[in-house]
Amino acid sequence: MSNNLQTFTKGLIKENPILVLLLGCCPTLATTTSAINGMSMGLATTFVLVLSNIFISLLKGFIPDKVRIPCFIVVIASFVTVVQLVMQAYVPDIYETLGLFIPLIVVNCIVLGRAEAFASKNPVWPSLLDGLGMGLGFTLALTLLGCIREFLGSGSIFGLTILPETANILVFILPPGAFICLGFVIAIVNKLKKESH
Amino acid sequence: MKYLIIILSTILVNNVIFSQFLGICPFLGTSKKTSTALGMGAAVIFVLTLATLVTWLTNQYILIPLKLTFLQTITFILIIAALVQMVEIILKKISPSLYTALGVFLPLITTNCAVLGVSLTVVTKEFNYGGVAHMLSLGESIVYAVGIALGFAMALVIFAGIREHIDLMEPPKGMKGTPIALITAGILALAFMGFTGIV
Repeated sequence: MSNNLQTFTKGLIKENPILVLLLGCCPTLATTTSAINGMSMGLATTFVLVLSNIFISLLKGFIPDKVRIPCFIVVIASFVTVVQLVMQAYVPDIYETLGLFIPLIVVNCIVLGRAEAFASKNPVWPSLLDGLGMGLGFTLALTLLGCIREFLGSGSIFGLTILPETANILVFILPPGAFICLGFVIAIVNKLKKESH
Repeated sequence: MKYLIIILSTILVNNVIFSQFLGICPFLGTSKKTSTALGMGAAVIFVLTLATLVTWLTNQYILIPLKLTFLQTITFILIIAALVQMVEIILKKISPSLYTALGVFLPLITTNCAVLGVSLTVVTKEFNYGGVAHMLSLGESIVYAVGIALGFAMALVIFAGIREHIDLMEPPKGMKGTPIALITAGILALAFMGFTGIV
């Protein structure tokens, strides 16, 4: 049981896909203009990650080794299409803002990376936990970045205004702010990692 | 003139890395040396143009008539994966020297989101080049893809040049490696924002 728990929690902090492993940078930079956008992107990716991990783990005995990568991509792309259609139907506003980055979950290195490194070698239950842990870690990092950028750039968090408009630093919700913000967050994580050793 | 506007807008104003955030992983991964950056840039120009041509035609003549446009994501990623594999095999056969130059970068391109991103953008988004909003024609799509790829290659080479100099500096300990690279990219993005509004 403790083993399963470890599989789940490692993705949250210790092997956080963005802050530690540096995977999936494109959606991280592009969709974190506000906390809610970052969180939606994270949850959409989590959904795809969990389902594709489950299915790839179930199918691992049937997929020939040589064509495994194309097979994984087909499984992942199917779930991405599901997410795309569901979001288009029920949350059209968020779908519109995230735009291109929803179909681009297909080429997110985290999803294919977990399929290849974990789900294709492990049974269903640990694969599910691994996908959930990694997905939530991803969501956590995206929400954190979204909060920081929204706070600095438009003076609010989750749409709740905190600072007056005059205190906004617009550049943080523009592209350059994304790079700079992620750079500083990773630097802080590196520092904390060194101290805990 | 229309093509010139598309090229200028994709290379400078809407640069694929600094304003659209596509292809960041290879951007950070292959920018440690200028020579690697050049190789990756060339490979992306080649594959991106070819992929956009094939996916545009597939969309126009297979998916639209059969009303299957909801399968765009799956179809396109499979086409791109197959295409990359095929380019690799063909290059190995007909031009071994080019293959050794681009070889290592080709498999990486399948998961470069710029390729899938551009193929999806040109068939789903309306553009306003030349006064009226319209879907891009085949010619415009190809020019768009070439422009994006050139923008990617340019950003990569500039960034690699800067990184080679950063390697000689002593940044604070936690900043070493990726963080300082990201902040540099941020400052470059700021510079590129200066192009806003020229077309």
